[in-house]
Amino acid sequence: MTHIVEMKGMNKYFGKLHVLKNIDLTVEPGEVVVIIGASGSGKSTLIRCANGLEEYESGKLIVDGHPLAPKGGNQKALAEIRKEVGMVFQQFNLFPHLTVKKNIMLAPMKVKSTPETVANATAERLLNRVGIGNQADKYPSQLSGGQQQRVAIARALAMEPRLMLFDEPTSALDPEMIGEVLDVMRELAKEGMTMMVVTHEMGFAREVADRVIYIHEGQIVEQGKPDDVFDNPQNERTQAFLSRVLAH
Amino acid sequence: MDFSFQFDWQAAIDSIPFLLKGIPYTLLISFGGLLIGFVLGIIFGLLSINKKWFLRWPATAYIEIFRGTPILVQVLFIFYGLPDLIGSPINPLTAGIAAIALNSGAYISEVVRGGVQSIDKGQSEAGLSLGLSRTQTFWSVIWPQAFRRMIPPLGNQAIVSIKDTSLFSVIGVGELVRQGQIYIANTFTAFEVYFVVALLYLAITLSLSMILRFVERRGLASV
Repeated sequence: MTHIVEMKGMNKYFGKLHVLKNIDLTVEPGEVVVIIGASGSGKSTLIRCANGLEEYESGKLIVDGHPLAPKGGNQKALAEIRKEVGMVFQQFNLFPHLTVKKNIMLAPMKVKSTPETVANATAERLLNRVGIGNQADKYPSQLSGGQQQRVAIARALAMEPRLMLFDEPTSALDPEMIGEVLDVMRELAKEGMTMMVVTHEMGFAREVADRVIYIHEGQIVEQGKPDDVFDNPQNERTQAFLSRVLAH
Repeated sequence: MDFSFQFDWQAAIDSIPFLLKGIPYTLLISFGGLLIGFVLGIIFGLLSINKKWFLRWPATAYIEIFRGTPILVQVLFIFYGLPDLIGSPINPLTAGIAAIALNSGAYISEVVRGGVQSIDKGQSEAGLSLGLSRTQTFWSVIWPQAFRRMIPPLGNQAIVSIKDTSLFSVIGVGELVRQGQIYIANTFTAFEVYFVVALLYLAITLSLSMILRFVERRGLASV
């Protein structure tokens, strides 16, 4: 079986700061990997490397069969990878000047030259799927945070990605809207989407993840099945982190 | 001495037809220059934020030179200086349009730079993550948002440039102020005529302000 993501001895620096240290990580098709860790531990940086939003300095990174050289080397591979990897951001990053539907239609039409009628139909189908089919012609600012994030998921799905990256998708949401976004993600996981999720939602991680990875100061210090990691963490750093986040 | 002064309404009204002949020149120089200035502003504004130093430096040099020197000196240089270099005279109208273009282009470059840089980094990341190229991300995602934010400062620059054309009376373009000077030379009604000249400038700039406010409201409503 070919890996969707393969990171080998990957290192990343911000100036002198060593943010990712010797990362070895593979993600298999259909797998849901949840990455947890304290803020500043490098977990967001890790998934941002997987679609080249961050360059890395040394090691190896292969995404869906495309090797991506260090320091943003090969533009062709980068373009291919970005077509195949979708991303959902903490701040949604919807395009405020476009309607919800146009947000979703933009990339298929520009990148894949999808005809407008087809892109339109896809957008409507995806909006129904994330439960906001009736908001298609509104602008993002007219939607609630939860609805905006669901549009962002639909927008990424419109490119039919092989892998979806979620960078703290519920961290900017009011508590009552977190559930609706997690529901959509849960559905996606059930349908077999390969996902890498950075989140603080431990309940979601335990329920949906095939594997939980704990990152501490740029290093993967522990990984395993959610029940093992949450109930019986081996590393003392993981224990300390989990006792802090699960205590309340 | 007699300090009593009467505003001569008849003299003011009589001057209007002659002054109006200057308006087409004022508008042609302003808007012709601004149109070219806008193109220059987009080009040099974008170059000034390019990562490559050999593109950024010349753009920055252009912006600093034309913002840092008086437009009067610029137009005198173009009209009296450049012909020595190119070996043929430049007509005053062309010199005026060129001066507005180069001068407003420098300011508009800064407007473009500021507008583009004001757009959140998350917007380009979203575009890139969807597979759009850098160019596609810029023109489909960044530019439409940046342009909306640029409308108020662009309007401001248009008003400044319209007023700057008044300086070009010195090179003999028959614009509004020049027409006024000629008229006064024959009638000695400086107070009345310059008053009318000022009103005519105000009419142009106020109309422009109103149009811009309308455009701005339409533009922002759809965000």
